[in-house]
Amino acid sequence: MMIQYDIVIVGGGPAGLAAAVAAKESGCDSILILERDNELGGILNQCIHNGFGLHTFKEELTGPEYADRFIRQVTDLQIEYKLNTMVMDISPERVVTAMNRDDGMFLIEAKAVILAMGCRERPRGALNIPGYRPAGIFSAGTAQRLVNIEGYMPGKEVVILGSGDIGLIMARRMTLEGAKVKLVAELMPYSGGLKRNIVQCLDDFDIPLKLSHTVVDIEGKEHITAVTIAQVDENRRPIKGTEERYTCDCLLLSCGLIPENELSTSAGVELSRVTGGPVVNESLETNIKGVFACGNVLHVHDLVDYVSEEAKKAGQTAAKFVRGEIAENGGKVITLHAESGVRYTVPATLDPERMDDLLTVRFRVGDVYKDAFVSVYFDNERVQHKKKRIIAPGEMEQVILQKKQLASCPDLKTITLKIEAQ
Amino acid sequence: MKIKLLTPNCSLLTFGRKNKVFDVMIIGAGVIGCAVARELSKYNASVMVVEKNEDVCAGTSKANSAIIHSGYDAKSGTLKAKFNVRGNEMMDALCRDLDIPFKRIGSLTICTDEADIPALEELKARGEKNGVPGLKILDRDELLEIEPHIADGVVAALLAPTAGIICPFKLTIALAENACENGVEFMLNTKVTNIEKTDEGWKVTTTKGAYLTKAIVNAAGVYADEMNNMVSDQKLTIIPRRGDYILLDRAVDGYVRHTVFQLPTALGKGVLVTPTVHGNTIVGPTAFDIDDKESTATTAQAIAEVTEKSAISIKALPTRQVITSFAGLRAREVGKDFVIGEAEDAEGFFNCAGIQSPGLSSAPAIGEYIAGLIREKYALSEKETFVATRKDIPDPSKLSLEERNELIKKEPAYGTIICRCESVTEGEILDAIRRPLGARSLDGVKRRVRAGMGRCQGGFCSPKVMDILVRELGLSMEEITKSGGDSTIVIGRTKDGDE
Repeated sequence: MMIQYDIVIVGGGPAGLAAAVAAKESGCDSILILERDNELGGILNQCIHNGFGLHTFKEELTGPEYADRFIRQVTDLQIEYKLNTMVMDISPERVVTAMNRDDGMFLIEAKAVILAMGCRERPRGALNIPGYRPAGIFSAGTAQRLVNIEGYMPGKEVVILGSGDIGLIMARRMTLEGAKVKLVAELMPYSGGLKRNIVQCLDDFDIPLKLSHTVVDIEGKEHITAVTIAQVDENRRPIKGTEERYTCDCLLLSCGLIPENELSTSAGVELSRVTGGPVVNESLETNIKGVFACGNVLHVHDLVDYVSEEAKKAGQTAAKFVRGEIAENGGKVITLHAESGVRYTVPATLDPERMDDLLTVRFRVGDVYKDAFVSVYFDNERVQHKKKRIIAPGEMEQVILQKKQLASCPDLKTITLKIEAQ
Repeated sequence: MKIKLLTPNCSLLTFGRKNKVFDVMIIGAGVIGCAVARELSKYNASVMVVEKNEDVCAGTSKANSAIIHSGYDAKSGTLKAKFNVRGNEMMDALCRDLDIPFKRIGSLTICTDEADIPALEELKARGEKNGVPGLKILDRDELLEIEPHIADGVVAALLAPTAGIICPFKLTIALAENACENGVEFMLNTKVTNIEKTDEGWKVTTTKGAYLTKAIVNAAGVYADEMNNMVSDQKLTIIPRRGDYILLDRAVDGYVRHTVFQLPTALGKGVLVTPTVHGNTIVGPTAFDIDDKESTATTAQAIAEVTEKSAISIKALPTRQVITSFAGLRAREVGKDFVIGEAEDAEGFFNCAGIQSPGLSSAPAIGEYIAGLIREKYALSEKETFVATRKDIPDPSKLSLEERNELIKKEPAYGTIICRCESVTEGEILDAIRRPLGARSLDGVKRRVRAGMGRCQGGFCSPKVMDILVRELGLSMEEITKSGGDSTIVIGRTKDGDE
């Protein structure tokens, strides 16, 4: 017999937890969270540094503390969850196949599914770094797990490729553990991480950040012994003569995060080529009816506070959907268009009838902009024009749209977001 | 405390056998050594396989195109042609016995110029002479029907329906395991340093002591020349030829349906594009002659070359979905053909040298042939207890829901997913470690059950697999390696890690 729940949430990390709490608070009582790890909290459990929760709780928490705030709400609200449980498949009809050692493999029929599986790190293989394939090469998150959860050091002389936030955090963490972090090399001319992490994790420890540099060779047949770093040109090709060799016993990679959407694909969910996450509307609903997405599986966030905020919305709309309060095809669809520096928008479409009074549109830019304007166009008419001192790829940006402003433009077809110099 | 595991049928010898004279010592536990070992295990003889790495299938056998050639390519009359065609014939029955996947998907050798069609005809004639069945030349329309993403420039192709794909790890490991279960002994982490003729037979000196044996099989891959040259005046020279490959995500599965070769032209040999039995797509190899027999490092130039050349065969192949790149060394002997058989001036020394492509395809036939020579020479009798079949590690994804739940009820470890990309359960990993010649490292686990072989390349599962290895082998985390030797993963505890 098939188990039935109103809402099944795939993933018990920050997104899944916040979505569950919001759905419950919106009046949905039949919720099940499926978590593959042996505890709730997701990747926050290995993020033992502070800096979480400034927006949500107005205080600085560590990752486990931030997770704990939500885990407590989940237990207080008596929301059901299963740990050590892997979701194997999601069908377009919202039948979720899951498995664990106690229940075996089982099917759940869900009225709504919230995708909250998070993301994974880009591995060495996907970066086409030439050289040997020895031990001692880790993605930064794997090293973070080994150090913070397992309590083991992956090396003592470290080179880091990529300046994503996890890499920056691990530069500091490894240094505090007595390792020598020789440098962080970044392929792009700008960092992919938060400014505050560059200051607090590199500058404060005199760890050099070399922009427009990459690894061009890895030495060591069994264990890594050295890497060669070279500067790259504007086409990201290594420049001959700029090679520098660094001995090391550990290479960490922090070269981008990829939303984990293999399950979404099995459900027939359409993915964005830019974010790698589902294409969603204003309700954070995918093209598959009753399947919602939030957090890093939707698009990679910079701060967990925004994950929680987005997930709350997904939980609320999923609860509404279950109650039949969301019109099936809300009728009119306005496309959100990203151009001139704006890489994508979440959501990608909106229905002015279904949207809340205020709708947050999140996006990232493809380059560093100084003293530039974030502009919003309703078809050809510019309706927002906000100057920002700095806009960078490492930080997520947002604009707010008002329902009543949209209501005054009944013929509106496209909303465009742009970065403008003037 | 460390516990040294001795598997029931298969003792890992370390010391204390110095007085024993083996009937046969096989140097090298690659696909050739293991194929010979398995064939020899059909007879009453004491057989020992010596391997310098920590696992079987750790050299050329682990890094190649993973294909079974039909046999049209090798020049008629060569050993390559003979053993390739015979090996191909043997593959179905062998893979059934060993319970491993083998798919005859067929190969296409494409050409991009009408002027080259006679060259295709020539290949076809050569293949027919070699005894390859079913060869056919297809025009572009016929080609498009069976290979829809073929590149625009392709005008014709030679179809070889008997070509197939196989997992070289599974084949080598299964051969070794079956040989082991039939009484062949394996000594891993043991390098042969000297071979000399004595009155009592061959004396093989290794890093773990010296052993006496009546016969030696030289299956030492890129080092087969060094072994031969210790005993024979008919010197061999192996110049390794490196081949770089890229491997694409299983998300690309179905894009390419056959093994697609490029007809060699004046511009070079081209690369192949092929699906693997696991649903990945492999592109490669390059061909660089090198002098360092350990140099399996890839280069940026080679990866770029492979990626670019794939476009000659396949239109818009999603090469951005690469999950890893690697290089393997072909054991190319300067005489170009395989060197197979007893050395003329060294009685009882049997060469399997110069085994480059089509070595994987030829392996079962080489095993059969060499074991036949040894059986004849030493009048070996057949072993009545020989068991030709073995069961592979069960793949739960092939079971029905009910069967799967039955398995989990019996063995709850089959309910825990360790590698999420390839959906590998803890039960499979435990089996991989516990069976004869079981996995001892992350790569050993990876090659047996694919944990860490997927799109995250072990990012999530490697700490978990390390935990399992620690538990099962009674080792510390610091002792767990990627692939034996110095390839340890962690160097020690953090400051406040538990002692």
